[in-house]
Amino acid sequence: MGRVVLVTGVGRYLGARAAQLLSADPEVDRVIAVDLVPSPFPLGGAEFVRADIRSPVIAKILSRDDIDTVVHMNVLATPTAVGGRAPQKEINVIGTMQLLAACQRAPALRSLVVKSSSTVYGASPKDAALFTEDMAPRRAPRSGYGKDSVEVEGYVRGFARRRPDVAVTTLRFVNFIGPRVRTPFTEYFTLPVVPTVLGFDARLQFVHEDDGLEAVRLASVNDRPGIYNIAGDGVLTLSQATRRAAAVPAPVPSLGAGAVGALLRRARLADFSPEQVRLLTYGRAVDTTRAREQLGFRPVYTTEQAFEAFLAARRPQVAPAHAWAAAMERALVGTITRGRVDVAG
Amino acid sequence: MSQAEIVPIGTRGRPGRGTQQPSTPSSAARSLAPGASPAKAATPQPTEPTKPAPGKPTKPAPAKATKAAAGTPTEPAPGKPTKPARGRPTKPAAVPHEAPPAQPAQALAEALEIDLPPAVVELLGLAGDAAYALWGPDADAVVAEGLAFVRRRLTGGYEIDEFGLDRDLTESVILPLLRPLYEKWFRIEVIGAEHLPVDGGALVVANHSGTIAVDAVMTGFAVHKETPNHRILRMLGADFVFSLPFVSELSRKTGSTLACAEDGHRLLSSGELVGVWPEGFKGIGKPYSERYRLQRFGRGGYVSSAITAQVPIIPTAIVGAEEIYPIIGNLPTVARLLGAPYFPVTPLFPWLGPLGLVPLPSKWLIEFGTPIATDHLGASVAEDPMAVFNLGDQVRETIQSTLYQLLQRRRNVFF
Repeated sequence: MGRVVLVTGVGRYLGARAAQLLSADPEVDRVIAVDLVPSPFPLGGAEFVRADIRSPVIAKILSRDDIDTVVHMNVLATPTAVGGRAPQKEINVIGTMQLLAACQRAPALRSLVVKSSSTVYGASPKDAALFTEDMAPRRAPRSGYGKDSVEVEGYVRGFARRRPDVAVTTLRFVNFIGPRVRTPFTEYFTLPVVPTVLGFDARLQFVHEDDGLEAVRLASVNDRPGIYNIAGDGVLTLSQATRRAAAVPAPVPSLGAGAVGALLRRARLADFSPEQVRLLTYGRAVDTTRAREQLGFRPVYTTEQAFEAFLAARRPQVAPAHAWAAAMERALVGTITRGRVDVAG
Repeated sequence: MSQAEIVPIGTRGRPGRGTQQPSTPSSAARSLAPGASPAKAATPQPTEPTKPAPGKPTKPAPAKATKAAAGTPTEPAPGKPTKPARGRPTKPAAVPHEAPPAQPAQALAEALEIDLPPAVVELLGLAGDAAYALWGPDADAVVAEGLAFVRRRLTGGYEIDEFGLDRDLTESVILPLLRPLYEKWFRIEVIGAEHLPVDGGALVVANHSGTIAVDAVMTGFAVHKETPNHRILRMLGADFVFSLPFVSELSRKTGSTLACAEDGHRLLSSGELVGVWPEGFKGIGKPYSERYRLQRFGRGGYVSSAITAQVPIIPTAIVGAEEIYPIIGNLPTVARLLGAPYFPVTPLFPWLGPLGLVPLPSKWLIEFGTPIATDHLGASVAEDPMAVFNLGDQVRETIQSTLYQLLQRRRNVFF
């Protein structure tokens, strides 16, 4: 007998994709997809149920359908989609609390997968280059999505203690990127002028949407309890990423970076919380050894490839700019050396 | 982004236009004098004298490199657009990837989308010819590699490692910039370079001095220069370094990372050559009167890291860095205001302002000592504080005695 999976947060792209992916999996019999709003994305074979995870209805669904696996994707990275920070926190923290309360009363439940984020590690000059799952942040995130993620993980730990029979998997994703997903970072890199922090060049890591969703699938169909970092291999520096994106960087002194971030937020150009500014200053990268060894996570895209995939879909000006640079190089070499040297494209 | 593949074609040792097909003159040449032969037509009178005659490669071109040659006084003012760094592309380049190099001047004009003055095109070619005449095919390779580097930097087509090391930038820009400081200013002499392993992890432990970490930078240069495969010394720095703008960026790009057990272990166990300066700020910020007297070696974390990773410790003594900025005083209040660990007063700083930042040209000696093996100890010894302290003391004593020997060897602070 296959699994009966409940996926939350299917009104958003990643949640919908997770529901779709799981409904196509041979290990899974049924997928119940819930959210407050009907999903604008195709859900595949998943059954959509309109429900608020913050209401007792969710407990009824859990027991009615004998759900054995809950995939909690309804943790939002950005406040823009739900109209502000207050509803975002409400959905992330209170939503998780209520969902976990319902889960605790569901006798058939044997597996819980929670989408968390590497923002729980914060970002500071005192942090090691790569975070492993066991490392505590030197400076815990104090606001925004990072703080939500810390609180969500706290409630999940509490749940795991009260229901030791349930395999609880927490996936700490670095920033999603790819041709279709929209995150604060994808909006940031589509700005014509990209504000950066003067004198710092943060190391960034991305996970391609397909790889991230594959990690969700792996965690949902195999019971591998634990916390896992999910990221593409390698890192890009912010300057490297802006150059690849053929964007113009605008360095802002770190004292004014917060103000610029707030301005961008107000103008709804990009979501720049103070935590995001810290990330763009000090950078952050994670070690995915545990996910590889215990979860069987094999990302197809490196950080660099994931970023290129995003650029190919969302930044049409990149390819001509880079072709121009290559043509320029060939022409200059050809002119100076009078054709004695040929530059292979 | 692939690197430029250099395919030398054409006749060896024959400078000038020997390789170009006479039947396909450049557009610049055609527009200048339609009737004349391309080689003559493309060479206007004023620039004629700088053209190296075929077969006379000894002609004294005033150029040190091709770029410099392009900047000789004969170059007209509108030479700017030839730099690929200028301007942003507005339209896709019309040049296909497989464009033959037969008419590079035309390709250049098309890429720039402006009509280049023929003299500019010709000057570029002449500069190339001059360099070719002087240095042969090497000059062409330098031109090609230089332009490929510029293109890589502009398009982000280089790789960095997880710690942020940008090898492309470090080896092409930063280390060459440091070379005069290393060779001419401090005249650094390296002893015991054979103790640096060619592959595999090792921990270079050295004394720290000199107000700012010039000694660490120079040790990194020495390691890159003296190892046959040009290894990068992965330095571990204080968190203060990574909180400073620019310093933080440069440190990460040149291979440094935070001095913490996790990073140290990760680097050592992946076979990197790691450098630590365990005295930290106590060593680098000590007054001149205490020169060459080792301070406390931190808490010995570096020893545990080496034992856990089972890599040898290379005790390293650096003589000369103490004299570059002799600290004769400290202003703790200013330091507190700036959030710095100390605020140095030297004979030149802050009295002379930026001029006070010029280091005194002391003579340096760096000795890499005999490696102290740790692989026979077993990883469990890292958990035995007494063993760790003893090994730490051994390293410290070795460095201290080497320092005294090197000081005796040095005749004078400046020679």
